[in-house]
Amino acid sequence: MSIDLKTIKHISKLSRISVDEKKAEKLAGDLNSIFDFIEKLNELKTDNVEPLTSVAETTLKLRSDEVKSKNLRDQVIKNSPKENEDYFVVPKVIE
Amino acid sequence: MSDITKQSLSELVENIKSKKLSSSEVTKAFVERSEKSKELNAYITEDYANALNKAKKFDEKPNLDLKLPGIPMAVKDLFCTRDLRTTAGSKILNNFVPTYESTVTQNIWNEGAILMGKLNCDEFAMGSSNETSFFGNVQNPIDKNLVPGGSSGGSSSAVAAQLTPITIGTDTGGSIRQPASFTGTVGLKPTYGSCSRYGIVAFASSLDQAGPMAQNVKDCALLQEVISTYDEKDSTSIDFKRNEYSKELTKDIKGKKIGIPKEYRVDGMPKEIEDLWKKGIEYAKDCGAEIIDISLPHTNYALPTYYIVAPAEASSNLARYDGVKYGFRAEGENLIDMYEKTRSEGFGAEVQRRIMIGTYVLSSGYYDAYYLKAQKVRKLIKNDFDDAYKKVDAILTPSTPSSAFKIGEKTNDPVSMYLNDIFTVPVNLAGLPGISIPAGHDAKGYPLGLQIIGKAFDEQNILNIAYAMEEKINFKNNITDWWIK
Repeated sequence: MSIDLKTIKHISKLSRISVDEKKAEKLAGDLNSIFDFIEKLNELKTDNVEPLTSVAETTLKLRSDEVKSKNLRDQVIKNSPKENEDYFVVPKVIE
Repeated sequence: MSDITKQSLSELVENIKSKKLSSSEVTKAFVERSEKSKELNAYITEDYANALNKAKKFDEKPNLDLKLPGIPMAVKDLFCTRDLRTTAGSKILNNFVPTYESTVTQNIWNEGAILMGKLNCDEFAMGSSNETSFFGNVQNPIDKNLVPGGSSGGSSSAVAAQLTPITIGTDTGGSIRQPASFTGTVGLKPTYGSCSRYGIVAFASSLDQAGPMAQNVKDCALLQEVISTYDEKDSTSIDFKRNEYSKELTKDIKGKKIGIPKEYRVDGMPKEIEDLWKKGIEYAKDCGAEIIDISLPHTNYALPTYYIVAPAEASSNLARYDGVKYGFRAEGENLIDMYEKTRSEGFGAEVQRRIMIGTYVLSSGYYDAYYLKAQKVRKLIKNDFDDAYKKVDAILTPSTPSSAFKIGEKTNDPVSMYLNDIFTVPVNLAGLPGISIPAGHDAKGYPLGLQIIGKAFDEQNILNIAYAMEEKINFKNNITDWWIK
């Protein structure tokens, strides 16, 4: 399999990471060598194997639906790069 | 006492409890040594003044019943610490100051320990040499321009150089055990679900575990006892009966069955590693253990599986870094442009590479071929261990396929860097506990480690085996303080 520049551009869009031509070429090289390595898994027949989604063989615990932490607004806003009183501020979305 | 920093954690605790030393004396000694050790670049954020104040306060009203009374400690910068910057080694979190505390660090402070600062690590714990950190390389105290391993490289360097009596790291594919092996120290990756993940910057949530890094097995057991608690704030935390690991520690391992997996004899493994392993087998026999040959047939598929599962989970976890809620923001012409520039400028090359791999294997049309396939092979790897543990109590392997390498030696070849974790990754995929102990030196005088892998929740057993073997091995670290100014 080979990952071409068009695929790199597509993944970069999905990842929300901008890449220029030079970076795309480097990434294509790196990803191709990594995927060559990953292809080894195709040697194995796994048709009848159940996928492992969690190593912990317990079911998720239920808890009562009650508020445990409140009045966190200031803490939540504290690290934001740009805010206006109670809101996160982002570039204009609606024209 | 002039050589406070040379003492082990257990000695320091004893000396503070018997009032031979105060917390202030101990904290001052480690702060002074840390200040003289800037060339190692082990710290990202120092908090020395606060540490000295807290030590003074502790001494005014010392609670000597605690397990870590007034002990200073620096921790990996992947643990959120309230009011102290937490970067995960990344530019994107360069200015992030948590408003809450991770459960693991809270457990440590509850037992009386004092935070000295935050230790360097690979960016978002993605790396095996600490070279992906936004805050620069860390030096291995063993030799100049040698990597300390990764991702907990600042932690391993700081413990080996005695800048902190003990520390914690995190291990997703080997990030505690490999750096411990590279620096002649002890590192334990606990069973998945043993230590809470609450407040730890997430990398791959089905694999991440916090664990202790120490100068010896006894110290390691004591810290594990402190950090391992059930926590309802982590939905994968497991409510099992935890031992008092340090109290129950014993060198009596007579009759324990230890498995030697033939598949770990990988192609091109240096003779030094093979010899170390053989010596380890002899040590285990000397301790009264029974050696049994076992097979873990899917070992060779563990790394390719890991490099699908871990990036997939990482791409999802790291979607939260968007320049809106916290962290670095690059300005853009519109919202999407802002996201893309923020993530392109805020993440380093290795993190971007892994996000892209993860996004690709989860994307429409490729999910079954990669992610689902990897989850199936992960099951086969776990089955291998389940089968082996019908015959043995623990498994002995080398920790790494080589000793520490030079800074820059592997940065241009991601796959050769990934191969470092060949012996540690299967343990994470199966959710098992594993400990690395120093066991010898290579021809260059660099330390080499052996790994003991246990059954799930059987930390006590591998700590005991490590404790017994540690005495027989009698390892001495060759550290010359070359970096001290």
